[in-house]
Amino acid sequence: MKTPPAEGGSLWDSLSGTSEQQDRALHGARCEVALHDLVTHSTLESGVELGGGSFLIHTTDPLCAALALVELDGVSQRMVLCPPGVADEHLAAIAATSEVGAVISDGGEVTPGLEHLEHIRIDAQRRTPRRARSDARRTEWILLTSGTSGVPKLVVHTLESLSGAIARGGSLAGPRVWSTYYDIRRYGGLQILLRALIGGGALVMADARESIEEFLVRAARLGVTHVTGTPSHWRRALMFPAARAIDPQYARMSGEIADQAIIDRLRAFYPDATVAHAFASTEAGVAFEVDDGHAGFPDSLIGRNPSGVELKVEDDTLRVRSSRTALRYLGAGVAELRDAEGFVDTGDVLEARDGRYFFVGRRGGIINVGGLKVHPEEVEAVINRHPAVRMSLVKSRRNPITGAVVVAEVVPLVPHEGPGPETERLKAELLEACRTHLAPYKIPASIRVVAALDVLASGKLARAES
Amino acid sequence: MSIRSTILAQLEQVAKEQSRTLSAPNDSVALTETGLDSLCFAIVVARLEDELGFDPFASAEDTQYPVTLGDFIKFYENAAR
Repeated sequence: MKTPPAEGGSLWDSLSGTSEQQDRALHGARCEVALHDLVTHSTLESGVELGGGSFLIHTTDPLCAALALVELDGVSQRMVLCPPGVADEHLAAIAATSEVGAVISDGGEVTPGLEHLEHIRIDAQRRTPRRARSDARRTEWILLTSGTSGVPKLVVHTLESLSGAIARGGSLAGPRVWSTYYDIRRYGGLQILLRALIGGGALVMADARESIEEFLVRAARLGVTHVTGTPSHWRRALMFPAARAIDPQYARMSGEIADQAIIDRLRAFYPDATVAHAFASTEAGVAFEVDDGHAGFPDSLIGRNPSGVELKVEDDTLRVRSSRTALRYLGAGVAELRDAEGFVDTGDVLEARDGRYFFVGRRGGIINVGGLKVHPEEVEAVINRHPAVRMSLVKSRRNPITGAVVVAEVVPLVPHEGPGPETERLKAELLEACRTHLAPYKIPASIRVVAALDVLASGKLARAES
Repeated sequence: MSIRSTILAQLEQVAKEQSRTLSAPNDSVALTETGLDSLCFAIVVARLEDELGFDPFASAEDTQYPVTLGDFIKFYENAAR
């Protein structure tokens, strides 16, 4: 089955089409690759036949995964991009469902569970003169969603759907150096990789093997101008003095609710930067971006936008229809990704107030306190507004009287844990703030001051699935 | 602090936070007559779990749930043994 190439050409086409890649590179934690090298040279083992095959990209180094995407897009039938943190026991099922014939890897060893598949080595240091390429296929890009349990869902995109929010290269005002706290093998990070490769610019890639401080120092040295991540990524990054070393023109949040507190904090921290928050998900694609300094988004975005993205609110949740949404889930017996009209249900609950819509939480994350519904995120938003709070996690605790109560864990800006007058004062002030802004059943029954909260590999706060 | 005084302190604290008047707390008063609603008691149970380190309701499926304030205190005292 051969599908026509994407309209804008393949990823490699977009690299070879622009003439000014001289200073453009992908900067990994261990090495870097100049983009003009990728036009003329391959980083794969020589003599490998890729045409029409399906491949699982399973690398340790995110840079090697990015190189594999350039090698495979337009040539292969399908490529499955495996993010870090996928359990070995799921790999065989993922490979079977996606019917891949080989694994692209950067290690010498065979991936556990995938012994039956051919392994093709990719090496960021290797340069083999490229044979003539004819990028004639519309390759399927399979992304994995970061479920907290069970086998990840396989989400089908194409380069076209993934790059729908990206203006194609050339007309850039000044050199852009992109960077993201996201791993580029997840939707949020992949967007930034594609912005660099297609839209123009260089990219400094985060790597799970380095600390956030090392990453920030490296990003500063390479002069990053555009930095993106989740609100949790940013809350954590701002803890480190190295966050002062970077001086971005543009700082963006996505993947979680950007509450007013983190927007204000980022704007104060980087006064010269445009601070934006975007709504995007693996399934719904990039829906919109807001940079007016306020949480939520103006209700004028509901309906059909000039970008071609169509938004509607149904049963209080955001629905998105556009050419940027994923096409479908892969596999048998999985739910439909879009409804009959082509809308993706994001599961994100909205509340309308004063001409804006605000995200209040996930439909699946509701805490039921004696029959009354509480979104953890709306309580966190109140707690996070306190100037002495860095971040917080609100969750459910079972309760014999109301079934559940709301409890909170709070990370202070300046560390102080355990009992003490400082802790008691903070707790009292937070309760007072909650009493002022929230209905009684939404006020945390218990507040614990903790040193840190778990942030998942996806950059999102670890929440127990309810 | 004894379990009794811990519980009484929490009842007072939660009543204050929720702007409620705690009726004279004696052992024979029914929990429903204390002036606190079920949300208040839910909070009290959660706070006591933080403070005492246990929730007697979680481990006492067969026993009668407390009806009076005296029962409630005894419920916690028994679980602590």
